[in-house]
Amino acid sequence: MAELRKLVLGRKNLEDLDEEQELPSELMTVNMGPSHPAMHGTVRIILTVDGERVVESDVQPGFLHRCFEKESEDATYTQVFPYTDRLNYVSPMINNVGYAMAVEKLLGIVDRVPLRAQYIRVLVSEISRLTDHQTCIGASAMELGAFTPFLYMLKAREWLFELLEELSGARLTYSYVRIGGVSHDLTADFDARLTDLLGKIEVVLVECEDMLTNNRIFRDRMEGVGPLGADEAISYGLTGPCLRACGVDYDVRKDNPYLVYDRLEFDVPIGTRGDCFDRYLVRLVEMRQSIRILRQAMHDIPAGPIMIDDPRVTLPPKQETYNTIEAMIRHFKHIMDGIKVPPGEAYAWVEGGNGELGFFVISDGTGRPWKCYCRSPSFINLSTISRTIRGHLISDVVPIFGMINMIGGECDK
Amino acid sequence: MGLEIATTRLEDAANWGRKFSLFTYPFVTACCGMEFMSVAAPKYDIARFGAEFPRFSPRQSDLLMIVGTITERQGPILKRVYDQMAEPKWVIAFGVCASTGGFYQNYSAMPGADQVIPVDVYIPGCPPRPEQVLDAIVLLMKRVQEGRGHSQVRQKRERQLRAGG
Amino acid sequence: MAQAVLDALKARFGPGILDLSSRHGEHVAVLKRDALREVAVFLRDDPAMAFNLPCYCTCIDYLGLEALAPSGSAEPTGYASRTPGDGPGAPDARFALVYELRSLVHGHRIRLKVPLREDDVVAPSLADLWPAFNWLERETYDMYGVSFTGHPDLRRIYMYDEFVGHPLRKDYPKERRQPLVRREWTDE
Repeated sequence: MAELRKLVLGRKNLEDLDEEQELPSELMTVNMGPSHPAMHGTVRIILTVDGERVVESDVQPGFLHRCFEKESEDATYTQVFPYTDRLNYVSPMINNVGYAMAVEKLLGIVDRVPLRAQYIRVLVSEISRLTDHQTCIGASAMELGAFTPFLYMLKAREWLFELLEELSGARLTYSYVRIGGVSHDLTADFDARLTDLLGKIEVVLVECEDMLTNNRIFRDRMEGVGPLGADEAISYGLTGPCLRACGVDYDVRKDNPYLVYDRLEFDVPIGTRGDCFDRYLVRLVEMRQSIRILRQAMHDIPAGPIMIDDPRVTLPPKQETYNTIEAMIRHFKHIMDGIKVPPGEAYAWVEGGNGELGFFVISDGTGRPWKCYCRSPSFINLSTISRTIRGHLISDVVPIFGMINMIGGECDK
Repeated sequence: MGLEIATTRLEDAANWGRKFSLFTYPFVTACCGMEFMSVAAPKYDIARFGAEFPRFSPRQSDLLMIVGTITERQGPILKRVYDQMAEPKWVIAFGVCASTGGFYQNYSAMPGADQVIPVDVYIPGCPPRPEQVLDAIVLLMKRVQEGRGHSQVRQKRERQLRAGG
Repeated sequence: MAQAVLDALKARFGPGILDLSSRHGEHVAVLKRDALREVAVFLRDDPAMAFNLPCYCTCIDYLGLEALAPSGSAEPTGYASRTPGDGPGAPDARFALVYELRSLVHGHRIRLKVPLREDDVVAPSLADLWPAFNWLERETYDMYGVSFTGHPDLRRIYMYDEFVGHPLRKDYPKERRQPLVRREWTDE
């Protein structure tokens, strides 16, 4: 009778459970497809899972390949700026700056970019870094179920968008930097506005930190999830906040200072374990350091021109363009043919929101680049995912993926 | 005669209900996604139009917002998501890349999402300002009320064919 | 500082090195394809080199590049390089495979260039030395058609499998689309 009961009802006695063997299970393939709320746009991860545990994964980027390189071969050097905006579209100014530096290297005018323009480039780069980290932390928190920090971070990001809109005319894709300087000078009340906003953003950061950093649920989902050792991370080409969370002190702003970063004082946060929680903390501290840099830069910025004084590179002033034939022809040639860059190959790298963002520009002497390759940190950081999610649960894929901060435009170029 | 008026009134009432409770499926791919987040954020608040909470499954949503560039590789996936939605459904092409391809005229970016699925409202802009998006939502709401969305027209035609034939 | 790297390479791999140059603060070594793996292993494992961070891997297509002659005259010189380190590095090469490495220990960088001929676009893979090159070499294969021998998983990464051709080559027109799905236009 007892046997029949076991057979029919499937219930086991307590003493039988100890001897019970693991039921054999088959591996299942699950597709976290390209249209998925947590996949930040367009990455497909084909997971092979054993129950809930990921055994193997195949990460497929490329669903947003918009041919940045091919388009930039057809565009003049200045026309490439809008394409660079749309690479890492949460921190577009940094892409603009990186590309401008590569072309300036080829032109040989890196030292002659006016000091005021360099300070402005640092200002807008750090503001873009703030928007990048705000979006990353906000979106990742939302994917873990914390909707409020998302709204707070977006509120703060909105203020910065409005500030940069007053400066450049656009909210998201600025195309503000030019080869040889920047396109517009700071607005008259930029200093007052920025100081006011930085105070408000600090309050928002404290609020979000209160909600997340000591939150039991957040910590349980982020701590110990997706750790990566330092040497392995380096060999995977990981850079940026994710590498610093692993304990490696590599920040382009400190190791290869560019623009005026060598005159500014700031710290670079380093983590210990390389898991998602460390990455989150590194980003949070970096935001505070960015605010520190912004305050210093705003204090130290000199008066002066914002564009280099070199007719090979800049457009003439509008007054002259409309009144003299030489200036009109110069304007025409710059717009139609582009800036003539001497033949050569140069690579310039900056600290992007996700890591070492580099532009490898090859010029053939005409006004259009021969090749403009973008070393995109998102793409290279993403390749670590298949290594870090192994052995974790499916639900751990979400914080790991979120904290890598893969930006589709940069990853797929 | 009376039956037709009653059906039309019912239709109007149903459309009134539909327009004020659009469940969006944000098919987010690229930079426009940032502006979509801004539209959903407290300042430009899409919630006051009833379109607040995105349903992350096409089976539970009726407004497909194609946010960002659609590449050729993404085309079959877009088509599949659209096919999975139940009628009546509406489509907004958010941003100039989803409308016409934008300034990406190359081998990979599809020249507009309407190469694959019918689109009801196009929002130009790269990315569009949140106010433009809200304007488009209001435009779509008007369309929904009038019953002129692509899928509503299709449904009406099929109903007439079934009734007539 | 990286001059020491170039000198060490010259000393150790003499015949495999085609050219060494430094410009804009960057150091470029043009290698023969057969020397690539040995040089890469040396650069990674030697303690004075210690190139542990892989930066990028890409390819350059020089088809149709007419570099200006040094005097500034408009006479085209074909694939010939104008200044050291520019150009494919070998007179009959159409492609140049480029790797860049950085050492986090010593802080130096190096760019390796390997000229490849049009009919022989094959190179040894470095994916087992630095895992980052797994995806980067896949991207180069997808965009330029460079086959990497010894790569664990060489398939397309940006384009779909049904795509024919390698889009970043100079002879692939920018607007040649190969659509996967299109809808039938109706009146509605």
